[in-house]
Amino acid sequence: MNPADALTQPALWPLTTIVFLPALVAAVLALPIISKAREELIRWVALATTVVVFVLSLWMAWPTLFGSVGPAQFEMGKAGMQGVVSLPWIPAFGIEYFLGVDGISMPLVVLTTFLSVLACAASWPITKHVKAYHVLFLLLETGMLGVFVSLDFFLFYVFWEVMLLPMYFLIGIWGGPRREYAAIKFFLYTLLGSVLMLIAVLMLYFTSDLRMLSPEQLAAAYATIPATAVAGQPVHTFNLLALAELGQLPASPFAAAQVWGMSLEVWAFLLLLIGFVIKVPVVPVHTWLPDAHVEAPTPISMILAGVLLKLGGYGILRICYPICPGAGLSLAWLVCGLGVVSMVYGAFAALAQKDFKRMVAYSSVSHMGYVMLGLGVWSAVAGTGFNPDYWAQGVNGAMFQMLAHGISSAGMFFMVGVLYDRVHHRNLEEFGGIFARMPVYSGLAIAVFFAGLGLPGLCGFIGEVLVTLSAWNYSRSLAVVSAFTVILTAAYILWAIQRVYLGPEYKGPHGDHLTPMTGRELAIATPLVFLAILFGVAPQLIFNYVTPTVNAQVQTLAEWTRDVGGRVAEPVAGGPSPVDVTAAR
Amino acid sequence: MDLGTLLTSSLTDTLDVSLPHFRPELALAGTIVLVLMCRMLPVLRWLDSGLVAIGGVGFALWYAWADLRGLAGGFAMDAVASSTGSMELFGGLLVYDALTAYIRFLLCGFLVLYIVFTKVSGIPDREDGADFYTLVLGASLGMCLMASANHLLMLFMAVEMASVPSYALAGLLKGRKASSEAALKYAVYGAGAAGVMLYGISLLAGVLGTCHLPSMAAELGRIVGEGADTGSISVLALGGLMLTAGLAFKLSAVPFHFWCPDVFEGAAAEVGAFLSVASKAAAVALAVRVAFSLGWLADATGPTAAGLADVRHFTVYVVGVMAAVTCTLGNLAAYGQTNMKRLLAYSTIAHAGYLMMGVAAAVAMLGDDPTGCRMAVTALAFYLGTYVFMNLGAFAIVAVLRNRLRSEEIASYAGLVRSSPGLVVAAAAVLVSLIGLPPLAGFVSKFLVFSAIVDAISKGAERPLMLALLVVGGVNTVVSLFYYLNVLKVMTFDPPPDDRVAVASPVWLPGALVTAVVVPVVVLGIFWSGLYAVAQVAGTFAS
Repeated sequence: MNPADALTQPALWPLTTIVFLPALVAAVLALPIISKAREELIRWVALATTVVVFVLSLWMAWPTLFGSVGPAQFEMGKAGMQGVVSLPWIPAFGIEYFLGVDGISMPLVVLTTFLSVLACAASWPITKHVKAYHVLFLLLETGMLGVFVSLDFFLFYVFWEVMLLPMYFLIGIWGGPRREYAAIKFFLYTLLGSVLMLIAVLMLYFTSDLRMLSPEQLAAAYATIPATAVAGQPVHTFNLLALAELGQLPASPFAAAQVWGMSLEVWAFLLLLIGFVIKVPVVPVHTWLPDAHVEAPTPISMILAGVLLKLGGYGILRICYPICPGAGLSLAWLVCGLGVVSMVYGAFAALAQKDFKRMVAYSSVSHMGYVMLGLGVWSAVAGTGFNPDYWAQGVNGAMFQMLAHGISSAGMFFMVGVLYDRVHHRNLEEFGGIFARMPVYSGLAIAVFFAGLGLPGLCGFIGEVLVTLSAWNYSRSLAVVSAFTVILTAAYILWAIQRVYLGPEYKGPHGDHLTPMTGRELAIATPLVFLAILFGVAPQLIFNYVTPTVNAQVQTLAEWTRDVGGRVAEPVAGGPSPVDVTAAR
Repeated sequence: MDLGTLLTSSLTDTLDVSLPHFRPELALAGTIVLVLMCRMLPVLRWLDSGLVAIGGVGFALWYAWADLRGLAGGFAMDAVASSTGSMELFGGLLVYDALTAYIRFLLCGFLVLYIVFTKVSGIPDREDGADFYTLVLGASLGMCLMASANHLLMLFMAVEMASVPSYALAGLLKGRKASSEAALKYAVYGAGAAGVMLYGISLLAGVLGTCHLPSMAAELGRIVGEGADTGSISVLALGGLMLTAGLAFKLSAVPFHFWCPDVFEGAAAEVGAFLSVASKAAAVALAVRVAFSLGWLADATGPTAAGLADVRHFTVYVVGVMAAVTCTLGNLAAYGQTNMKRLLAYSTIAHAGYLMMGVAAAVAMLGDDPTGCRMAVTALAFYLGTYVFMNLGAFAIVAVLRNRLRSEEIASYAGLVRSSPGLVVAAAAVLVSLIGLPPLAGFVSKFLVFSAIVDAISKGAERPLMLALLVVGGVNTVVSLFYYLNVLKVMTFDPPPDDRVAVASPVWLPGALVTAVVVPVVVLGIFWSGLYAVAQVAGTFAS
């Protein structure tokens, strides 16, 4: 594709604007010409930016709402990448500015832009260094959106890391009393994961070879072999779609290469998995999360719980499984096991918390466990006749759970924040009787908490039930455990509701500050409650987007299991591989 | 051949072949003379030595750029895939090739920025200016020669020529005890290292019968390949290690790094900038040069080729292990530092470790895999290119803050974001780039070095060591996060001290300088194709 054609790709400007508009506005806001004192102006500009980005993402995702169907807009019910943008960036390494959305990333993009609007609106009580706060907030939004739309591994990694520094400062400057500890802990954990990811990226890159793909596969991955490629030399690629095609070849180069007695596929899967599960997070690498969530200011907690945790699940679904299917199949027990362990551990830990926000944070660990379990139930094996249905159900459930959790957890953190802004404490033992003092707020809050609990009719239910059902066909014991976790979830949420909202009277300090919700707070809470109910009664609104792509990916991997996977399940002993440690001098 | 023909031929060789490829060095030498004249002749007293220096270096930069362009043929992607060849100058004492041209260009470019920086930061004052610039240019001349040395004697002279002015530079702040102490430590340590290196050179020369690097390689390959003479081989190994000690001193690699924190802390920030960037670039180039020249011959066959493979294996392990230790120790020792310059010294040591990992990867792939080897050298060249901006930026910020706060302690930077937010943003860019996070230049450099290591792993070259280096490099990146971020934490999170007396100083000139140095750190992190294409020219030397 020559550059002139490339600039007319229909999705180029919409996607680029969605990703980079926040960063551009942040750069403008950072200029010295914007006086620090004009706080109202800065707040409104930032909010307007997030709204514009949200509307634009909605325009892409939901064409019928806008009455026009353009080539850049998302076509529902279609599997595979849409709105693909591909421009050369660093030709020497084959790195491209390669963006696109499919049924997995499009809803997550909309979730991100939506929560950014709400979080930006929830930032009004921030009075310290307003200018710097909004600059960092907008940079963070660019990083998050970039990760969801990148299809080039290098670009993905860059965006992944771009999020770190703004988040560090947002927690470290505007956070609670232990903010410095929480901020550096968050940074260290995530950086450790990123470095492991970088090693995996490089390993995959140097083992990849585009020449192994057929012209059809190359076209499907939007990859081309550059004209400057030297004959006889492998053509490496960072293209995620091409890497997936390579990973699913019967003669996958990643499965063939050996490092320290394990195939490179397994190494890459493990390294990537560690990088992603730190973000999810799963037990035992979850310990940054309660600290970061508790210390972060309310809007940042909303973003952390609502979006950042989803990046991990997204990465596993988009990168780990398609590129390293062999390792995914043989390590499915690991992913599922981690999921169930976090589910149970998170629920028990939430039960034990005295701090309201910490309880909500542990509930995130527990809920994200369902995501892991749903992603991992690779039940399309010989025993089931390679039936992809149950696994597809699990992955769909996991996707739904991610989106539902994005709404319910952001809502829960916001509700905690509303209380904290008034009484300046979060001790679960020192609440009570809020329902009588703030009836509207309490009604909305209880709705959100019920959504988190997974009450039928609210959004939390659908994901959990699909995941639990799908797990039955993979492992009955895991399914039983995950079903029983619902009881624990009900216990900690109902107990919290009882201690905070019910009861005869408020027991804590600053009781006279318990004023009704302001209009701004209502405007943030209402959409969240509305969506929590809407997705609970009409889950097909989400499934219409998610299912075609997820089913297609699961179908592909199920076929792969049938055709190729057998050799992974029962590894052939012996036989030196092309590149072996023993070959080293 | 009679004396007359010999003289004529060497004259032709000097005038027609060598001197045209020696123009940047000549320009530097001429500038030194001119700067000295300015000091001595009353007629020229009014001339500012800094301006003279910058003019002369401008010429050198122009010539260096012309040489580089000539080699690259306009930086077309396919043109640099093939070797650009090399040429011996002055009867084989020096060699002119893509690496020489690139490093000379880098050094001259750095010098221009550096002299501007010293003019802005105010050290040296006008009185010391001529001395200072003479020393800086003299050391730079030595560094250019280090990059092109093709003979052990030339190597020794170049290293000394780069070192001796550096000792004097370290003691530039004459009134300060710490500065004099730094100079003395540096000189004593340097003299020791030079002695060891000279002894190693004499051992090598004694066994191999020559000091000319390619001829040494042939002899080395033969002796090692035949393997009969174990006595000679152990003497050669000893000599090689001693030579390594001298180079490691210039690289500030562990265990020859002890001078570095003391010198950086005692000397002015300006001197630290010079030592950490220019000295490092020349030392890395020299290390690559020696390792490549002694480890590989294009026309070696049979036992000689096998012997050279053993030499490379030895080199890779020495450099690789040293790299791992250097990197780890530099990063760990940086934790406890309270002085910013001392912290940057340990950061320099850690980065020397990353660079040496790249050297190890390049040598590991040398000969067997020309493409990978070229890529590894390109990675090193790129790393050095970005390192210019990162470290110059770091030291420029230290100097600007010193002028403003009269302190270089990290604690004195507390709450700086409230009074000078721009400077803190610049510091954040530089420090985060030194950690190696995208989208900054330091990330790309680290990415390229790690790429070279992974490339070596995937090709099966020195696999166990390369895997270990990859792990060590990754762990170190995480470890280094803490102390760089700590500086930012102090600048942003901590409240400013009540008793801060900020000296009023002009803002726009230092601001412009810091911006000029820091903007490339960001730009090269996003659009790095251009610098990469130039670095690829340097990479062609390796084939």
